[in-house]
Amino acid sequence: MSITSRFTRDQMAARVAQDIPEGAYVNLGIGLPTKVANYLPREKEIFLHSENGLLGMGPAPAPGEEDDDLINAGKQPVTLLTGGAYFHHADSFAMMRGGHLDICVLGAFQVSHTGDLANWHTGAPDAIPAVGGAMDLAIGAKQVFVMMEHQTKTGESKIVERCTYPLTGIGCVSRIYTDLAVLDVTPAGLQVREMAPGLTLADLQAVTAAPLLAPSNA
Amino acid sequence: MIDKTCDSLGRAVADIHDGATVMIGGFGNAGMPSALIDALIAHGARDLTIVNNNAGNGDTGLAALIAAKRVRKIVCSFPRQSDSWHFDAAFRAGEIELELTPQGNLAERIRAAGAGIGGFFTPTGYGTLLAEGKETRVIDGKHYVFETPIHADFALIKALRGDRWGNLVYRKTARNFGPIMAMAATTTIAQVSEIVALGELDPEAIVTPGIFVQRVVKEAA
Repeated sequence: MSITSRFTRDQMAARVAQDIPEGAYVNLGIGLPTKVANYLPREKEIFLHSENGLLGMGPAPAPGEEDDDLINAGKQPVTLLTGGAYFHHADSFAMMRGGHLDICVLGAFQVSHTGDLANWHTGAPDAIPAVGGAMDLAIGAKQVFVMMEHQTKTGESKIVERCTYPLTGIGCVSRIYTDLAVLDVTPAGLQVREMAPGLTLADLQAVTAAPLLAPSNA
Repeated sequence: MIDKTCDSLGRAVADIHDGATVMIGGFGNAGMPSALIDALIAHGARDLTIVNNNAGNGDTGLAALIAAKRVRKIVCSFPRQSDSWHFDAAFRAGEIELELTPQGNLAERIRAAGAGIGGFFTPTGYGTLLAEGKETRVIDGKHYVFETPIHADFALIKALRGDRWGNLVYRKTARNFGPIMAMAATTTIAQVSEIVALGELDPEAIVTPGIFVQRVVKEAA
């Protein structure tokens, strides 16, 4: 079966942004999730948190206005919105672990149908492991959204019955946004919310290595 | 009169001994006390255990200390980066030991040491490789992992302004690990952009009170 229609990375980012309400405290992970910031409507006040100690993170500065002391978790220059705040690392992670963040958006290697997340280490013997704040975010935010391609470059499903890569957190993912679908992790299983245009549930199931529940309004 | 200011970067780090555990502030290069690290390299102490979020970026600061082969072990959360080539080479050559800890556990272990806490149960890392061999407990139906405090002989941190009592304020996201490392080390040495007269720092805005700081040195001293 060949899939002819996929959400682009920008469409995925725009779709995630739709689910972030005004007033939410949100952490956007490194990589693809960073794109979500481009689609948050300006008329909504949403508080972006960066693990290295700021709330109220603004967009990238104009060229020439970069400040080496004002960076995000990916170590790229950013700005601070009026009303934003700086704090030290223990406070920053208390915001996660203490359940104060409403939403975090993370990339992933694999997600299981029960919401286990693998996104920090491929487990390859020659890889130098690095975890950063991934495990703290995974267990800390009230809702963990994962944003990833549905399949690997070689066509394997990244949604699995059981993660084969080392885990970041157990049962922590609440919603998955891929280039093919939006899925909720529910006690009953993976509930399909939306699919790329023209895709049928059978098409989606054929490329997903875990059982899917049909959209309730389909 | 108490005066914690020091007029020489070299003298500020002169008692860092071989085998010492040294916390180094910074997240990447923001908050990295590069002038103190350069002085430490010149001083020559080796066989160091370093605590930092990363394992050096580029060729300066902590990366230069690793390149000079002074680091025996590093405790950090995120060593591997596009510009961590000095660490990568030392690690692959088996010259440096790595203790990887999730970033929030790293921060809380440092804070715990400074606050006199003998350890804590955290949900971060439960069920993962990084919790293997560690004590676990179920509290109110949630799973937790026991983590221990990280104490240090010295902390090298960077702040914006300091006074002769050791009070400090920081600049933007360069604050990161500075305040908690200052609490966790026996001797905390702060590199500052400016030394100000006592009373010039607003007492309502002091981030690190001087009790946590032993030496204050200007970054260009």
